[in-house]
Amino acid sequence: MDGIHDMGGMDGFGKVEAEQNEPPFHAPWEGRVLAMQRAMGYAGAWHIDHSRFAQEKLPPATYLTASYYQRWALAMESNVLERGYVTREELKAGHALTPGKPLPRKLTPDVISAGMSRSSFYRQQQGPQRFKPGDRVRTKNIHPKTHTRLPRYTRGKVGVVEMCHGCHMYPDSVATDQGDNPQWLYTVVFDSRELWGPDADPTLKISIDAFEPYLDPE
Amino acid sequence: MANNDHDHDHHHDHEHRSELSETQLRVRALETVLTEKGYIDPSALDAIIEAYETKIGPRNGAVVVARAWTDPSFKKSLLEDATKAVASMGHMSRVGDHLVAVENTPKRHNMIVCTLCSCYPWEVLGLPPVWYKSAPYRSRAVKDPRGVLNDFGIALPKDTEVRVWDSTAETRFIVLPMRPAGTEDWSEDKLADLVTRDSMIGTGLPLNPGEVK
Repeated sequence: MDGIHDMGGMDGFGKVEAEQNEPPFHAPWEGRVLAMQRAMGYAGAWHIDHSRFAQEKLPPATYLTASYYQRWALAMESNVLERGYVTREELKAGHALTPGKPLPRKLTPDVISAGMSRSSFYRQQQGPQRFKPGDRVRTKNIHPKTHTRLPRYTRGKVGVVEMCHGCHMYPDSVATDQGDNPQWLYTVVFDSRELWGPDADPTLKISIDAFEPYLDPE
Repeated sequence: MANNDHDHDHHHDHEHRSELSETQLRVRALETVLTEKGYIDPSALDAIIEAYETKIGPRNGAVVVARAWTDPSFKKSLLEDATKAVASMGHMSRVGDHLVAVENTPKRHNMIVCTLCSCYPWEVLGLPPVWYKSAPYRSRAVKDPRGVLNDFGIALPKDTEVRVWDSTAETRFIVLPMRPAGTEDWSEDKLADLVTRDSMIGTGLPLNPGEVK
């Protein structure tokens, strides 16, 4: 979706301000949010792209004013509600009113290291690899209303395939509950002037990782 | 700190007392409900938080960089398949698939960003700093990386190629910075002290030998 989350190239947000000696968390609840997200992901309650999509659907003003972990918490609330794991009444009451739905597994202290590692996103290929390093490609000019990982600033642009990362689950399908739908994944590199016009810094090159359905041969 | 007010505006809006307590209450309610419904185990949450507070940080990545600086065959395998190379070191928790190391050279400087959310190589760098997840960084890194570097006090030579990697899929990138001069006889352990988090994101450079004790 063409949401506020898709920030690449926007102006007006100001300087990057680094905080000296930043702590891992700025408040204890931030750690709880992160850990809950990990635990629900491990349990198989939803996929990371469901979390991303839920954040993208937040009202733009909320997205911009909420902190990072506040956004995570809001996205988690919408995922537990939409997927029927919890009811609005339960969140309001702060207690369970009915038993939980079955989940594939549960993160317990004895399996923490497994729960901490990212799972693999590789999937069995469904078709031949269409592009190889060195190929010129044009990204599609697409504007789906749902989750996509093709940023606006790179749509309809010509780039060069630099690497192939194998076949991965396809976020655009996963986020809309249409299955893994595995797709080839490539690093595609663009000249800055292709993206930002003739006055762009000529020493700059930008790459994205693009799934094969985002690309046409050029 | 002189710029406290400034920091406050940019980073800690969520810590205003009333908002904090509302968020705290909502998060507590969510955790209680998920626990009572049997989905999560609070002691597992404690263990995850502890790991991020004490074990998983940029030292993991620094050790990898220092090894690459001292061992050419390790460097080669790191650049070929970072997931495998890091796993071969064996002393840290398993790194998930899809880690890619990109090398800085006198001709090219690499910088990592995620414009769409905040993808970051957690297993080797720990939790991302607030600035990495912020709108200023995510918006500007792909269009004006030299301006961003300037915010970090870094000016690259005019003819250095700047390569920005937007982490739009599950591939995670780590920058292999250039080894500082004057460290020829340094041990791997000592070299790792020079490797800052930001130097592995590409918004910083390693420390110089004189900058560590």
